[in-house]
Amino acid sequence: MKELALHILDIAENSIRAHADLIEIEIVESEERNELTMTITDNGEGMDDETLRRVMDPFFTTKTVRRIGIGLSLLDQAARQTGGGTTIESARGKGTRMSARFTLDHVDRQPVGDLATTMSILIGGNPSIDFVLRHDRGNDGFLFDTRSLREELGDVDLNEPEVLSFIAGLVRERRNLSDESVSG
Amino acid sequence: MGKLTIEELRKIREGARKSRDLREAQGKSRITVHMGTCGIASGARDVMDALLKAIETHHIEGVLITTSGCAGLCSMEPMATVEFLDQPPVKYVELDAEKIVRILLEHAVEGKIVEEYALAIGSEKMS
Repeated sequence: MKELALHILDIAENSIRAHADLIEIEIVESEERNELTMTITDNGEGMDDETLRRVMDPFFTTKTVRRIGIGLSLLDQAARQTGGGTTIESARGKGTRMSARFTLDHVDRQPVGDLATTMSILIGGNPSIDFVLRHDRGNDGFLFDTRSLREELGDVDLNEPEVLSFIAGLVRERRNLSDESVSG
Repeated sequence: MGKLTIEELRKIREGARKSRDLREAQGKSRITVHMGTCGIASGARDVMDALLKAIETHHIEGVLITTSGCAGLCSMEPMATVEFLDQPPVKYVELDAEKIVRILLEHAVEGKIVEEYALAIGSEKMS
């Protein structure tokens, strides 16, 4: 994986398989702390203690088509390469929260990358799931929430081609769906 | 960074409604793009992006797009599976943006398998 947006696409798949209907993605870049933190939180099935204990093992997976699960260990490796690391909190029936911390100015820190395409693909492939994206770059904050968009779109599905193009543009241009502007 | 206006959202909503009303209610075929770690690392995001854009550009009707995890053939990613009701699924391998668009137009829309990109039909491997 060459960018964090690809890790997001990969890790969100775990949330989808856990039958989450709300997946929250938060990226916080802090020059003050010299740190980038990426957190993915879901309200899926969660993991029992045994699964949680083994989840970083690339040779452990709950999937049945193959015998390795390398997504989380790849992300952990990417974080560790910058002097950071990952933490995972989960409990059966209570969802999962995965947080990866990177040293912001480290030469090996992967770029955030193409969030716009990642979000349009997540939403396009899973229109019944709600996604929240927060990206905080100090003075510049961006928030996208499919729940707000659904309210305005009414009976139009999120995976309609025009809507997906609109979402990609929104994320690419970092245009906030603010209550003030939407409510007129 | 500009703010979104309610007028823009209304235009998007009305435009999408008109397009949707032109399409049939039931999908004729389904394309599943495999988005496991192996697929994503191999370029599945670009494949999916090309597919979604082609559907919009060509005003495709009746093709459902979904994603799934790893299909178990990591060395052949990116992969996609095309399915029609009551027909065996066709698995396509080593895809890129150009190939998936051709698969969309020729197979998912017109029903003609693109054999040069196909690995298997149902459980039968393409020779």
